[in-house]
Amino acid sequence: MQNKNSSLRDEIIRISGTNPRKCMLCGKCSATCPAFDGMDYAPHQFVNMIENGNIEPLLNSKSIYQCLSCFACLERCPRTVEPAKLIEAVRLSVIRKQGANHLKPDNIPALLDEDLPQQAIVSAMRKYNK
Amino acid sequence: MKVTYFPGCTLRTKAKDLDKYARKCAEILDVTLEEPDDWQCCGGVFTTSRDEIATKLSSVRALKAASDKNQPLVTVCSTCHNVIKQTNYAMQNDEEFSSRVNNYLSKEENYDGSAKVLHYLELLRDTVGFDKVKEKVVKPLEGKKIAAYYGCLLLRPGKVMQMDDPENPTIMEDLIRALGAEAVVTPYRNECCGSYISLENPESCTKRSTKITKNVETYGADMILTACPMCKYNLEKYGSGVPVVYLTELLAEAFGVKEDENAK
Repeated sequence: MQNKNSSLRDEIIRISGTNPRKCMLCGKCSATCPAFDGMDYAPHQFVNMIENGNIEPLLNSKSIYQCLSCFACLERCPRTVEPAKLIEAVRLSVIRKQGANHLKPDNIPALLDEDLPQQAIVSAMRKYNK
Repeated sequence: MKVTYFPGCTLRTKAKDLDKYARKCAEILDVTLEEPDDWQCCGGVFTTSRDEIATKLSSVRALKAASDKNQPLVTVCSTCHNVIKQTNYAMQNDEEFSSRVNNYLSKEENYDGSAKVLHYLELLRDTVGFDKVKEKVVKPLEGKKIAAYYGCLLLRPGKVMQMDDPENPTIMEDLIRALGAEAVVTPYRNECCGSYISLENPESCTKRSTKITKNVETYGADMILTACPMCKYNLEKYGSGVPVVYLTELLAEAFGVKEDENAK
């Protein structure tokens, strides 16, 4: 179990290109996150839990679909840990598995309205689907 | 001068005014927007992971098209601008990423990161100059109180976008003033409207958009200015009823080329 966690941890760190060990626990990322209210795990917890290899709860969290990459945490992180990149990497490690898409093309027609910009669907498919 | 112009998916469909007036106003400012024949959608959102290669190829091809013509690549949609600028930054600064991208492309298509990406606002400020924009104003927007809304993607990440101070920007306010209107500076102008979360969680979107529009009302602005179709949709649908206009619409109005919608 330890090995599986540490290889997932390494994979997340590798594809995010960021280093959670630099975090000094200031909490600014979560304080500035506009999605904070809807998250079960907040950005600062992602950083800490990934660093400690406690990744399983993050894989099952709804937070990974609440982060929209507005880059507020990334911009304001005083240690350039850039939590948005870590959350992105966790989400990818979930949806890259077969059958794990969060949004399926069949669900889309029900979501449309006359004014909805195309980019909403394109962005959601990129973030929720592989 | 001539520039390569990347309209993006939404400007061809739901945000036609953003595109139409970008073209009209560029003409007035003696800038020719040359659209590549075969551009593809940027993907709507930049994926920060370094091993996401295929999703960034459409941006790389657009960059390559501009670089071949030795022109800057201009976008007006905040999202396209963000995706393409971040892709370009990765091509310039991440050697492993850029070599993997180029492995996907034929030798002739290989791209070296040499194109310059400009948002339409940067084109107005840095290439044309706000003083020249001001000269072309035939109908100053006197008496209008306009709150600029930057949203998330226009400015962040600051080190990549390099367009303005990501926390205390002035570029849109300077444009508003150049057009003769009053710029109302509001504190939530660079917060996120909720983007595509409206599909997943409309309540969250309502909360965020309403917070922004209510705040704009408190500061006494009559309308909100944006460059992003997603922001316009969310602030109008999920906000508290403040009108939202595209920056190119406002420009067209001041230049006297905005079509009268009631005349149709």
